[in-house]
Amino acid sequence: MSAAHGPTLHTASPADDPEDDRVRRFLAGLGRVAGRLLSIALTLLGLLLLTFTMGRLLPADPVLAVTGAEVNKATYDRVYAELGLDRPLWEQFASYVGNVLRGDLGVSATTGHSVLSDLGHVFPATFELAVFAVITGVAIGLPLGIVAAVNRGRLIDHVARIIGLAGHSVPIFWLGLMALFVFYAKLHWVDASGRLSVFYEGMLEPVTGLLLLDTAMARDWDMFRDAVSHIVLPGLLLGYYSVAYISRMTRSFMLEQLNQEYVIAARAKGLSTAQVVWRHAFKNIRVQLLTIVALTLGGLLDGAVLVETVFGWPGLGQYLTRGLTMNDMNVVMGAVLLTGAMFMAINLISDRLYRILDARTH
Amino acid sequence: MSAPLVSARNLTVRFATQKGPVDAVRGVSFDLGREKIGIVGESGSGKSTVGRALMRLLPRSATVAADRLVVCDTDVLAADEKIMRRIRGRRIGLIMQDPKYSLNPVVPVGLQIAETFRLHSPAHAGARAAREATLALLRQVRIHDPERVAGLYPHQISGGMGQRVMIAMVLAGGPEVLIADEPTSALDVTVRMEVLSLLDELVARKGLGLLFISHDLNLVRRFCDRVLIMYAGRVVEALKASEIDHAKHPYTQGLLASLPLIRQPREILPTLVRDPAWRESA
Repeated sequence: MSAAHGPTLHTASPADDPEDDRVRRFLAGLGRVAGRLLSIALTLLGLLLLTFTMGRLLPADPVLAVTGAEVNKATYDRVYAELGLDRPLWEQFASYVGNVLRGDLGVSATTGHSVLSDLGHVFPATFELAVFAVITGVAIGLPLGIVAAVNRGRLIDHVARIIGLAGHSVPIFWLGLMALFVFYAKLHWVDASGRLSVFYEGMLEPVTGLLLLDTAMARDWDMFRDAVSHIVLPGLLLGYYSVAYISRMTRSFMLEQLNQEYVIAARAKGLSTAQVVWRHAFKNIRVQLLTIVALTLGGLLDGAVLVETVFGWPGLGQYLTRGLTMNDMNVVMGAVLLTGAMFMAINLISDRLYRILDARTH
Repeated sequence: MSAPLVSARNLTVRFATQKGPVDAVRGVSFDLGREKIGIVGESGSGKSTVGRALMRLLPRSATVAADRLVVCDTDVLAADEKIMRRIRGRRIGLIMQDPKYSLNPVVPVGLQIAETFRLHSPAHAGARAAREATLALLRQVRIHDPERVAGLYPHQISGGMGQRVMIAMVLAGGPEVLIADEPTSALDVTVRMEVLSLLDELVARKGLGLLFISHDLNLVRRFCDRVLIMYAGRVVEALKASEIDHAKHPYTQGLLASLPLIRQPREILPTLVRDPAWRESA
């Protein structure tokens, strides 16, 4: 239209007012955060709905989880009503979600404790093990993958490949049992079963729930050593599987970068191989590495059921599995919710880090 | 003229491939003084491989042999990696084709220039001296607001500016010889001349030797002093750029004949008919 003609269009633009511009940018940022929170809430709701539906479709009876198999009709009916199973499904679900919003995840039928406090015990155990494993995986897997890529086709590359292959193909429970047999039963290098020796049980008031951290903060070095001696075998075992994955992925990311033109340009500047790799190529794989490390951590936070079972580790994996087999739905829903929330938290954090690591993602 | 900056005799590069050895460069000989030599040839003729062989930047699958291969008083065939690192960047620099790929995408361009400078400056210059040198180099390549550009990432600058950054990065080591491997092929026609004239001026002012690798016969004819025509790994003809119209080799004549002419439009450009004998006789 002729009214919106020429320079008037520009002078009328509110972007020329810096105050206005700041407010607008602030509002846009607020909108982004709100959108993000909404999408998180919807995802968690969907996750709950899915878990809830699957739980109701299972042929197991939640009443029997509470009462045991030997039960008379009157007790059965009473528990049935107490669990709210007589109400329509949507009402059951709505009341569960309402409770969750108030911070109440219900009571576990099998342990008799509130699910929230149960999770408060098992999650730190899983978290500690997962972090130990991921640190091991990164500390060994990353350099191994890079060395393998730089020396492609040479001896070290084959060694790395065999380590990775073994890590992918040997069943973890078998390796766990073998490790227990050698290092616990024969060599007595480590302790096993649980997170602490029975002697120390209950002697320490949990602060973070992470025993390595709590004992170190309490400066109880005997207990710290005991905790280390318990975590080292399952931690290294899970770590070994992370090493296998991380080293293989690092190798392929690195090979891709080493074929890039800028690597030749960097060598042409007079840089050594190590400088080219760390100052140039490595900076370009950080985002990809972050992704696989986050995925590894996320996978481990579900709880590594097999390792937890072999080592008697009282973690989330065991808790969730037991809840599932007993059809203890509050436990299953609570654990799934926590896992989902963890995954989203990890995603959110890695998204932030991507922006720091790679200017192109701004 | 004193001893040449680059001297190659009977240079051969062989690649080990799945299908057996392939000779990418076969018996190439030339001397480069403080002059501009163009190497022209089609894709796969071995022209880029010659440049990389001089700096020993070829992959491990390549074997380089020669009767003589001397770059800036160093026997490249005998030098170990440590000696080569002192030559690369400091005595001989490589300008590559496309700044989109040859600059590190996640490092600000100023830091990439400073890195070369610090690597080769005598008394291990500090960050401050390196920054000043970087800004001076950016000015030398006619970037008018070096403070701003130094902080930008490669994806934030245009191709022409990227190539000027690349030139600044290579000059930062203070080399005597430049290898420019198709430095303008990836650029828009409009900025091509700009980058070329910049390169020309810098080479002349600093008295550098330039090996200009290109597939653009017209460009090389105008820009270089001498031209080597490569075909199938061999130099089939070497001549002064001004005498290129009097080329004797049928391959060069064929190349010239297939150039479009703006004053005499032709319906169909002649197709080059390749004689298998060209592969064998030099």
